Amino acid sequence: MINLSINGLLVEVPEGTTILEAAKKLNFRIPTLCNHDDLCVAGNCRVCVIEQLGARTLTAACATPVSEGMQILTNSLKVRAARKHIIELLLSEHNADCTKCYKNGKCELQNLANEFSVGDHLFLDLIDLKDYTIDKFSPSIQKDDSKCIRCQRCVRTCEELQGVNALTVAYKGEHQKISTFEDLSMAEVICTSCGQCVNRCPTGALTERTYLDEVWDAILDPEKHVVVQTAPAVRVGLGEELGLDAGNRVTGKMVAALKRLGFNSVLDTDFSADLTIMEEGTELLMRLKKVLVDKDESVALPMTTSCSPGWVKFIEHAFPEYLPNVSTCKSPQQMFGALAKTYFAKVRNLDPKNIVSVSIMPCTAKKYEANRPEMRSSGFKDVDFVLTTRELSRMIRQAGINFNKLEEDKYDSIMGVSTGAGVIFGATGGVMEAALRTAYELVTGREVPFENLNIEPVRGMEGVRKASIMIEDCKPEWKFLEGVELKCVVAHGLVNARKVMQDLKDGKLDVHFIEIMACPGGCLGGGGQPIPTNEEIRRKRAEAIYEEDMSMEYRKSHENPEIVAIYRDFLGEPLGHKSHQLLHTHYKERDRY
Amino acid sequence: MKNTHVKRVDLIFERTECKEVFAKVITMKPDDICQEILESGLKGRGGAGFPTGLKWRFTALEESDEKYVICNADEGEPGTFKDRQILDEVPEKVFCGMAIASRAIGARTGIVYLRGEYKFLLPKLNKALDEFHKLMKEFKHDFEVRIRLGSGAYICGEESALFESIEGKRGEPRNKPPYPTTSGLFSKPTLINNVETLDYCVMIMKYGAQHFQELGTKDSRGSKVFSVSGDTPRAGIYELELGMTVAQFVAEFGDGDTKAVQVGGASGFCVPRKRFDETIIGFEGVPTGGSMKLFNSSRSMYNVLHNYLEFFTEESCGQCTPCRVGCQQLLKGVEAVKKGEKTSKYLDELLKLSRTMKIASKCGLGQSVGNAFSSIVENFKEEIIY
Repeated sequence: MINLSINGLLVEVPEGTTILEAAKKLNFRIPTLCNHDDLCVAGNCRVCVIEQLGARTLTAACATPVSEGMQILTNSLKVRAARKHIIELLLSEHNADCTKCYKNGKCELQNLANEFSVGDHLFLDLIDLKDYTIDKFSPSIQKDDSKCIRCQRCVRTCEELQGVNALTVAYKGEHQKISTFEDLSMAEVICTSCGQCVNRCPTGALTERTYLDEVWDAILDPEKHVVVQTAPAVRVGLGEELGLDAGNRVTGKMVAALKRLGFNSVLDTDFSADLTIMEEGTELLMRLKKVLVDKDESVALPMTTSCSPGWVKFIEHAFPEYLPNVSTCKSPQQMFGALAKTYFAKVRNLDPKNIVSVSIMPCTAKKYEANRPEMRSSGFKDVDFVLTTRELSRMIRQAGINFNKLEEDKYDSIMGVSTGAGVIFGATGGVMEAALRTAYELVTGREVPFENLNIEPVRGMEGVRKASIMIEDCKPEWKFLEGVELKCVVAHGLVNARKVMQDLKDGKLDVHFIEIMACPGGCLGGGGQPIPTNEEIRRKRAEAIYEEDMSMEYRKSHENPEIVAIYRDFLGEPLGHKSHQLLHTHYKERDRY
Repeated sequence: MKNTHVKRVDLIFERTECKEVFAKVITMKPDDICQEILESGLKGRGGAGFPTGLKWRFTALEESDEKYVICNADEGEPGTFKDRQILDEVPEKVFCGMAIASRAIGARTGIVYLRGEYKFLLPKLNKALDEFHKLMKEFKHDFEVRIRLGSGAYICGEESALFESIEGKRGEPRNKPPYPTTSGLFSKPTLINNVETLDYCVMIMKYGAQHFQELGTKDSRGSKVFSVSGDTPRAGIYELELGMTVAQFVAEFGDGDTKAVQVGGASGFCVPRKRFDETIIGFEGVPTGGSMKLFNSSRSMYNVLHNYLEFFTEESCGQCTPCRVGCQQLLKGVEAVKKGEKTSKYLDELLKLSRTMKIASKCGLGQSVGNAFSSIVENFKEEIIY
């Protein structure tokens, strides 16, 4: 243990603790900008400088471990003067047009400027001297260099958490900026649109592309029937944007709010998550049969999931040779979209061209996915607009809805009934768990051998998790699986996806099924979820997801009565002709930069 | 100061039989080598002036399967050109210095990080390196030296940015601690010394610590190679005993009309005429990595300052706020004052800013921008304003 004093108060902390953490223990908050719980230390914004008695220079509290006998001042004259200078310097290089900024009120730099009551511009405004650009080419992410403070959180996110390296530091000195390969737009590079950078950007430099006005226009157009679907993870995140603590489930209130906003049908992506399980589970079993029984070498195993569009784009760029391994199933959002303008339109007797399909997603990559040219199998754009959890909260505020006072409401039907299996899609390991609940039962006729159906080994926040399940006493038609130990891997965060794929490439991984979610924690930690994020927040959201699962009447996808109905009335059978037409897709190889 | 003339020394370029020196070193205990260097009083000749023997001992005390000896030959300080001459004339001594260090700290790999613009030295260096490796083989000393070329960024002369560069990353300084002696290149204990320092280590092992200690002053032992440029009839490279005043230096190298000397390059200090007598060139006064630039009365100190600020604005790596934005503000600020867009009072704000940069920047570059700025602005205010 190390003893030191901070502002005259003694504190004892373990060796290796940073000055920032030690100060936190004494309830002194030292301001930071480049620091982030999820990322390695950078120490480059210098806002957190403190005075260490006897030292020649000030010290970055975030980057410096404590040492015995240190005497630290966090608010000395020297510190205050330097800190204020640093904030003013950042502002002089920053397009501080705050009232017009998308992040107005949620900008960490703005908060600091407020805290330090920065008044008149002390220094020269450098903005006009710079040749800043706004990159609006990506359907998911907007990058405005004029608001960038070079904290490099995005660069570290892209490198450390996602292993993508689409964003990087380029040039030096006054020209230094955050850029991409050859300064190309975000739409033209390896960016997976995951939006993790957006989640961590302290200012308005990286934001989601917003489609709020388009959605409002559709809602307010009497000719249109606006269908909205909500992803599993939104219901455990939305509350944070509306004043609640992390880990609150707001499903009923969210449905009520969506109805008040004027959406004509409020439906659930969880329904199509259940459908995904039927299709993907069957696809896995068919692949296993083709390999094990038919000895068909053209069939690729292990099979990977395909619900995370960030992951799909990543593998298209980074491991295109493994595209045959990716399940051909569309993601739940896109299955839903394809059905909204076909099945739903038919049952509800609506003209599909008058249906506007909106989805509320915890994700920015979903915006990109909805714009993929393949995603028009209904004959229309299957999903017209994708909004993030954050955008939905903005709509709710714009409409003046007192969210926390709302009475809980229920999803409309059809395509509004779901199961706990659909809900857990929102957490890493959830697709795997949902698939196992159904596939195991399909093959053996028995429930998965885990207490309360909770397959704990695939849950948790560890980056890569492995699990296996022994298949015994199969039904006659699945006899070829008798005694097979079904091996699975679950990974979240693309840096872990890269590890898994590299292991597979190196022949170090012997499994049948791989679940990959692009974002840390799975969709609940998605790039469209509330800011801030860290592992504790993600854990709380995950707990909420599993509580929601336990609260559901049905826990297994194949027991969803609406799923039974859609196969009976419309689709026929999993992997059938209609499924192929509407629910499955294909992928393409992309450049490696 | 009793003597009125500067004393020339000839150690750095003295032809030396490295084989003999190394034969002596190889019989010594590693810690005795560190002790000898420590006793000589040698301080790093790159400019920062950390006691070399101490650095060696710290690295020697670290336990690690791998350690590195790095020769910092990324000579980039404006007005410094002495390392280039040393490498050109006596490369074998620099390699020998690295070998002595490797013996002292227990390293098997050495890397010379050579300024990209010095690529023309490569054939000569490679030839000397072949000879050197033969020598190492003769002594059965397991030590191999590689040469890595820089790519033109001034910041890569900063030791931790230099490591990043060798590791194939963007050259940006790291947070300290940890220091290189515990975690340097590839996170291994690393000894990094300037070209000139390594050469002196050879001479100290050759003649003994005593010989070196007899030169110079208490705070600045020995001699130093100076790159003399500017308004001087004797531009060139000179090895001089430390401890002289600027006045003595100017008497020797000035053109009779010297109004200021920039000691230590862009990151150093500007000494005006009125301070020539009292200012000692060395760690007790103004330290220098070797750059000595003389200015006579025909020079505008505004232009001198502007030039330095342009240099820093360009060469800051850009990662930390005080340096990246501070440099731009100082540059644009003096321009605004010159044009009358800001009042002369604004210079006071800029001086305060330069003090913040000095204490809040992440690395030595940002911390030293204020040196040139404040010493020029404070001493030549009229030239900046009018």
